[in-house]
Amino acid sequence: MFVGEVVGNVWGVRRHKSLQRQRLLLVRPIDPETEKPLGEAIMALDGGVDSGPGSIVLVVDEGGSARAILKDKDAPVRTVVCGVVDMASVRGTLRKYA
Amino acid sequence: MRLARVVGRVFCSRQVPAVEGKKLLLIQPLAWEDESPRGDPIVAFDAVGSGSAEKVYWVASREAAVAFPDLPPADAAVVGIVEGHQVKDFRS
Repeated sequence: MFVGEVVGNVWGVRRHKSLQRQRLLLVRPIDPETEKPLGEAIMALDGGVDSGPGSIVLVVDEGGSARAILKDKDAPVRTVVCGVVDMASVRGTLRKYA
Repeated sequence: MRLARVVGRVFCSRQVPAVEGKKLLLIQPLAWEDESPRGDPIVAFDAVGSGSAEKVYWVASREAAVAFPDLPPADAAVVGIVEGHQVKDFRS
């Protein structure tokens, strides 16, 4: 799992049947302390937490867990947003996210 | 899941039986932010009937095999066609 920032979304009608009716978000890993980007954006499914662009989210990055969250054993998915992060205490400092 | 552009197709006359009947696309991985190429073109199974589409998103490793009911020997599979996407920087 990593903490990331929702930086965008993707839309398109033609997609795998397990991805129908799923929101496709672009998430970029960030450093929870400094909120600096730690890598490139990757696409993740919205796991029903209704996170919008700009929010700091928790992203799971493993197939088995993703399929468990989506309750769909043949979903070809590895990254799913599974939470919106309100605050984090990092090495003693408390960080609140808007 | 990462972005890619379909740049071609691959046809094999002799192949492992599990691969028969599947369309093999040649895709060039791209970055989501600026669509700049990332790495070399790779061959991916087509799970969504794209082919002529410009931009697609694809999955790698185990998820590529899971995209098909019969779990073929796939390590990359195209699972959707991108009609549009947007990336905006809110923090910096």
